[in-house]
This record gives sequence, C-alpha cells and structure tokens, in this order.
Amino acid sequence: MEDFLTFLRRRVTGEYEVDEFGFDPELNDRVLLNIVRPLYRKWFRVGALGLENVPVEGGALVVANHSGTLPIDALMLQVALHDEAGRAVRLLGADLVYQLPVLGHLSRKSGHTRASPEDADRLLRKGELVGVFPEGFKGVGKPFSQRYKLQRFGRGGFVSSAIRAGVPIIPCAIVGAEEIYPKIGDLPTLARALGLPYLPITPLFPLLGPLGLIPLPSKWLIEFGEPIRTDRFDPDDADDPMVVFNQTDEVRERIQAQLNVLRLRRGPAFPPLSLF
Amino acid sequence: MTHTVLVTGVSRHIGARLAGALAADPEISRVIGVDTVPPRARDLGRVEFVRVDLRSPDIAQVIAAADVDTVVHMSLVSVPANSRSAMKEHNVIGTMQLLAACQRSPAVRRVVVRSTTAVYGSTPHDPAVFTEESEPVEVAHSGYAKDAHEVEGYVRGFARRRSDVVTTTLRFANFMGPGVDSPLTRYFRQPLPPTVLGFDPRLQFVHEDDAVEVLRRMALEDHPGTFNVAGEGVLLLSQCVRRAGRLSVPLPSPLFRLLGDAARAAGLLDFSPEQLALISHGRAVDTLRLAGTLGWKPKFTSAAAFDDFLRAHGVSDSLPLSVLNYLTRR
Repeated sequence: MEDFLTFLRRRVTGEYEVDEFGFDPELNDRVLLNIVRPLYRKWFRVGALGLENVPVEGGALVVANHSGTLPIDALMLQVALHDEAGRAVRLLGADLVYQLPVLGHLSRKSGHTRASPEDADRLLRKGELVGVFPEGFKGVGKPFSQRYKLQRFGRGGFVSSAIRAGVPIIPCAIVGAEEIYPKIGDLPTLARALGLPYLPITPLFPLLGPLGLIPLPSKWLIEFGEPIRTDRFDPDDADDPMVVFNQTDEVRERIQAQLNVLRLRRGPAFPPLSLF
Repeated sequence: MTHTVLVTGVSRHIGARLAGALAADPEISRVIGVDTVPPRARDLGRVEFVRVDLRSPDIAQVIAAADVDTVVHMSLVSVPANSRSAMKEHNVIGTMQLLAACQRSPAVRRVVVRSTTAVYGSTPHDPAVFTEESEPVEVAHSGYAKDAHEVEGYVRGFARRRSDVVTTTLRFANFMGPGVDSPLTRYFRQPLPPTVLGFDPRLQFVHEDDAVEVLRRMALEDHPGTFNVAGEGVLLLSQCVRRAGRLSVPLPSPLFRLLGDAARAAGLLDFSPEQLALISHGRAVDTLRLAGTLGWKPKFTSAAAFDDFLRAHGVSDSLPLSVLNYLTRR
C-alpha cells in the first residue's frame, strides 16, 4: 500500500524518467503490461521456448513472423521477453501507429518506436534488445489460407542495422497468432476510405460487431532460435546489397523452418476441440 | 588579443545576458549590442548599445567603424510582434543584411548564429532523435521554422563565400528558465493548458544559463559547424503539466486548431501551427557533437531546466496531489 501511494505520488507530480524515445519503464511495468498479461497467461496460454538464446544484456535484434490481422503478437512477444527473459523489447512499429492518436504515444511509452534505420541503429548502439517484424502489413494482414507462410521480408533494412551495430539476430517463431482472427475476406474500398491498409472479414467480424473483436483463444508458442552472428561481417557490408539479401534470406528460411517444427509441436490450435 | 564582439538582439533576454557575460570578460575589449528597441532598464555594464534596424544597411557602418571581429547573431524572433510579414522581414532580411555586412568586412573572423531545433519540424514520421545531419521530413512552409530554415541557408552561403571566417550555427531547443518569456513558457503559465487529445509529445529544453554559456564559448573559440543545443533527456508534455501542478484540457486536434486561431485573432495568445505540431508530435535532438566539441555538458537537464522555470513562477499542488495528500495525511 505504502509503495503504491509513493508510486501514485510520483505519477501525479511527474517525477519519473522517460527515455529519449518516450519509453516510460515504470508505467510499462506497473500498468501497461498488467493489462495485457492476462491475455498472455490465461487466454492464449503462451509458452515461451529457447529463452537461453536471448542475451541477458547488450544489443540484439529479435526478428519474428507477424500474423493475426491485429498485431496482438507484438504485445505477446513483449510480455514473453519481459516476464520470461527479463528484457524490455523495443519494437519497431509501422508508421500508421505513430500517426494515430492514443496508440502512438502508448506505443512510445511501452518502449517502441517507428521503424526507421535511424531509430533502429540508435537503439542497438545503446545496447537495447530491438524487435522487428519484417513482413509488416503483408504478414499481419494476410488471408487465413496463407497461414504459417512467411511473406516477403521487405528490403532487409533490419539486417543492415544489425551488421552496422555488430549485434546478433535472434530468429523468433510465433505460433498461434494466425488463428486469433482468421481473415477470410477483405473490404478494400472501405479500408482505403478509412486510410487503413486492410479491413478484414473474419468469421465473427463484422458479423457480431464489437464482439467479433474478441480474439479466438488459440494455444500459442513463442520460440527464440539460435542467434545468427553478424560480427563476422565488416560494418561496411551493411551497404552491400548482396550480403544484405543473402543474410535476409537466411534469417527468413530459419524462421520458416522453426515455424514448421513449432506448429507440429503445438498440435491443434484449440486443444479442447481436437477433432476440429 | 583584442576582441570586439557585436551582439544582435541585445534587448531580448538571452541576448542581454550574453552581452553582459561577454562584457564581464577582461579578454574582450569592446562589446557592442544592437537591436531595434533600446534594452530595458537592465544594467548592461560596459556594453555599448547602438540602435540599428538590421533590415537597413546601417549595420555595415557599425561593423566597419568598430572593427568588429566577432558577430553573434541572436536576433531571431519566434513571435510576430505585429504582423507575420514584419517578423519574416526582421528574421530573413535582417540576417541577409548582417551577413552582407560581415562578408564585406575584412576584420570579421567569427560569426555565431542562433537558430532553433524547429528547423527539423515535428511530424509523426520523424526519427525519434534528430542529429545535425538529419534532414527534416517536411521542410517548414510557414512561420518561425521556415525563417530559421532560410536563415540557415544564407549562413551556409556566407560560410562558403568567406571560408576564412569561422561560422557556427547553434540549433537551440526551447529556452527555459526563470527569465525566459516565450510562447511555450506562456503556455505553461496558463491555469488550464490545453493539450491535443491522444498525443503526448516529447519536449526538450535548454536552460537560459546553459544557452548563455554555449554562446559565450562559441563567441570566444573556433568551432565551425552546426550544433544542436539541448538539456539532456526529455520530458513528456503530460509530465510537464503534472510537474507544474496543472490540469490539462485535452482537445481534439481540429478543435484545438480552431480555438488556437480564434485566440490568436483575438490577440489573447499566440499559438502558431508549428507550436500545434510540436505539442502533438514533439521532437528530440542529439547533443553529442556539442558535448564532444566543447568538452562540456549543459548543467541543467531538460527536467532541471523546467523545474527551475517552475520554481521562479511558483508551483501549486495540483488537484489530484491535494486529494492524495488529504487521503494520506497522518
């Protein structure tokens, strides 16, 4: 109680620290993560594997697959790294997030920033654990029929950043997000009118209205693979397209292979309905 | 070594403090302060005041007559005193005249120009932290930021033509401190500062003492180039409002713009579009180059500068804090 009151007093008087990216660790630990943690523990029953591959300190780049129509996987990855590996992950988010009211500053307060080479380089130089979803909207907004098929990995800017900083790349496979909002259709015209990259149709949305926004309770596994070292390259190789493309492909193949194994290991997405 | 330093914009707070600091230095033989209005009753010591409108070529005579070797150009105004066109003329034409005069003078060896981090703009597409090399995502097309951008353009041109002159451009974050009077300090002194609903920008401040110190060092030493100047760290707008013991009024951005325009039209408050952008998206800059070059760091962090400003203007307990105090009283 005493502790809670000093916390409240600090919040009310503004006596807390925020880093240059807008990360507010206290708010993140004591408020924001507590809101999403029940989703992690109870709803998706997330299992985290390969935690020994996440460095205890220093810069590293976690590269993960992205799916689920809404980026819930980003939140779950954040909880996994915070609770199970003891590290605050600094995710690189889409431009759209930072244009929107509320979402933009909440994202900054929980440690994330806009995906740009400047921000990625700066975070890695400071020894932060950075997370990125190179598939972007192509991954998170892909139809249900494409589930567990990695989409194209952009231009590989993340590889350049890792090489420049000489930090390891940790391939990460997330299984379970694909089933939370199975996207079976799209409303492109309306999406364009609203300035959104896509507007999904799922079995429950928009059919059930806001109720359709409740994610399906699939079983999740998040696995961190063996780190890929980048210190064997020269920092100048960051600008060599051949090196960057090859390295991007290697990371992509590793994650796809990890995904295939992990999916089998998880078994059915909705265990009580194993006949499904 | 004899030094004759010319300071423009000497009737304004930081300009006056800088002129005073330079006048106190026995290494400097003369300090000449120029401005369009005479300095306030403040004692400027041995600073010689000359009333010159920078937009006129008179400044060239002052520089030539006094054998000025160092020019510190502080006269950049961020608020239109009567009209925007007068402000633009003051900022841009004034700088052109001053630089033209410097270019003709064989005695001038060092030029220090005050600019602002507003040249980087403020958009949701910005990098989190701007370095001196960063290009603005959107070049300002109005107001103070545009003036500063154009001023910097002329300064670069001058530096090219007179490569023998050491030219320094200082991009200051918002000034903060007990004596600073700016749109932002006036904003924080309102009883209920409005904020933009759903946005909580990162802000950076530079304390007036640190600003004067940086300008003084730059006026006495050779450090060519462009430097960001800001206190360490950032404060979120919500944090500033809480520290000030105020309650903010979040307004949706279109309503904010509407009310801001109305307040400006009524002459109540001066709130320009670039200030709206700043309190929506914020801005932070990297100051490693300055620290490395001067071997010195600002004494005040952004937070300390803001607290010092608050101390001078009195802080009241905010309503939530009073409630908390009431509940936890012993």
